[in-house]
Amino acid sequence: MQKNKIYPLLGLLPLVLLITGFLILPLINMVFQSFQSSDGTFGVTQYISIFGDAFYLQAIKSSLTISLISATVAIIIAAIGGYSISRLASRANKVMVMITNMTSYFEGIPLAFSFIILLGNNGLFTLLFSQIGLDVFNEFNLYSWIGLIVVYIYFQIPFAIMLLLPTYQGLKADWRHASNLLGGSQFSYWRYVGIPILFPGIVGTYTILFANSLGAYATAYALVGSTYNLLPLQIGSLIAGDVFLQPNLASALGVVLATIMMIALWINGRIMRKVRRDLK
Amino acid sequence: MTGRFKHIIIVSVLGLYLLVPLFGTLLYSLAGEWSTTVLPESWTLSWYKMLFEDVRFLQALGRSIFVISASVTLSLAVMLLAIFIMTIYFPRREKYLKVISMIPYGVPGVVSAIGLLNVYSSSIIPITGTPWILIGSYAIIIMPFVYQGIHNSLYTVNATELIQAAELLGASKVKAVITVVLPNMMKGILAAALLSIAMLFGEFALANLLVGGQYETLQIYLYQQFSKNGHLTSAIVISYYFIIMIVTGLLIQFQQPGRKKKFVSANINELLLNNKTKQNKGMEGDLH
Repeated sequence: MQKNKIYPLLGLLPLVLLITGFLILPLINMVFQSFQSSDGTFGVTQYISIFGDAFYLQAIKSSLTISLISATVAIIIAAIGGYSISRLASRANKVMVMITNMTSYFEGIPLAFSFIILLGNNGLFTLLFSQIGLDVFNEFNLYSWIGLIVVYIYFQIPFAIMLLLPTYQGLKADWRHASNLLGGSQFSYWRYVGIPILFPGIVGTYTILFANSLGAYATAYALVGSTYNLLPLQIGSLIAGDVFLQPNLASALGVVLATIMMIALWINGRIMRKVRRDLK
Repeated sequence: MTGRFKHIIIVSVLGLYLLVPLFGTLLYSLAGEWSTTVLPESWTLSWYKMLFEDVRFLQALGRSIFVISASVTLSLAVMLLAIFIMTIYFPRREKYLKVISMIPYGVPGVVSAIGLLNVYSSSIIPITGTPWILIGSYAIIIMPFVYQGIHNSLYTVNATELIQAAELLGASKVKAVITVVLPNMMKGILAAALLSIAMLFGEFALANLLVGGQYETLQIYLYQQFSKNGHLTSAIVISYYFIIMIVTGLLIQFQQPGRKKKFVSANINELLLNNKTKQNKGMEGDLH
């Protein structure tokens, strides 16, 4: 019995090696490094310097704000849009699912570039609207906070719809008929049937969107370089290039970012458990 | 009826919104002269010609294809082996595999880059700046999708029962996996591979932070061209997107429910025929 299970264990070795080498070891190393000061002594000096530095606090705050805003706007648009997609006739539905599926891969550098072409200083829309005489884009600056949010929302929407569609498929037409037959109004259908069923899916998707934009690097990097103060951009500028200047500080910032994500996922788990208990 | 109309309006606006950036980029990549007019003054394919004559672009594309195919193959091979061993020998511990393979999902690229640089830039294995570190880390970031894809297809083909059935018919476990289970899982495995390929083609953070210009992949090349020539960059974006469209198009094909059941029974029948009666293969349809 014991002998039989030793050879199979060997087959797990490649996975164990891969995961150890490229996931576990680097993560442990990062946590370990974050608790070392520049002269090699063990302690929380890196964290003290992060939380005592207005610059890094600002980075954390901007990252949180931009993630919350973009995730909130995207989930609202995706919830409405996704519902409409799920109500379409099957052929139009298929086309729309294909469009969202394909645009959900449109992010990072290519997306930033497209937005520069359209809405940048010499962008097509920027020029077009100024020629028509509408000055909507006069005060709009793509390379700023608001520009980042616009681009983030764009890449979150198709992603959110893809995640929400299965939930909408769970919304059976029979339930609406049943609610109508029992004298329920449109409002009471959504209040007692629709929303409770969709809620867990929406909360889960919202968390993923939040985490997604919190860790987003490429889009912001291409759009604003490191001129705008976001947590992933600061980490990137600390470790980019041949000279790895402050590995300990970068590690501590990485731990902070990872911790925020874990807290978000933890809150998500709590809400899910609560919702499920309510449903029972 | 007004309800349906409302949905059509919402979806059309949404579809338009999603497609406008892509369409704008497409127009830009085909435009010759375009500065003051609503539509381009002239059309040209010269940007694409220029792009595909650029050795640097072709090399970058080749490097991306190499890194992506190596990491997807690595991830699939390692995960397939592990999942089979877990389901056959340690079925009750298979859930740990799931937990472990989901970890990369919660670790953004910038964060994993920190640890990878710490470990691999000055230590015994200095692979920073080489494709090897990218292959390893790419194999990790697609792991959640690879695991999920393999796990789901194992589940849909009823792997455990298939193996038991094959064993009853006299095949060894290894033979059962190779001749019965794996062929039936091919669709699921291909779907996981395509999803990973589409994801990795768009990966920039790790490529830029771990390797950068030392091993220029497609995304790095795109970023390098960014501020030089708008039309040429548009042509790169559209070409990149064309690849993604092909991959996701194939993916949709694979994800459509096929004739899985027939496949399963055909294979079981084949085993039955080989092991028991060794009859003419033309009979397998009748046996079912």
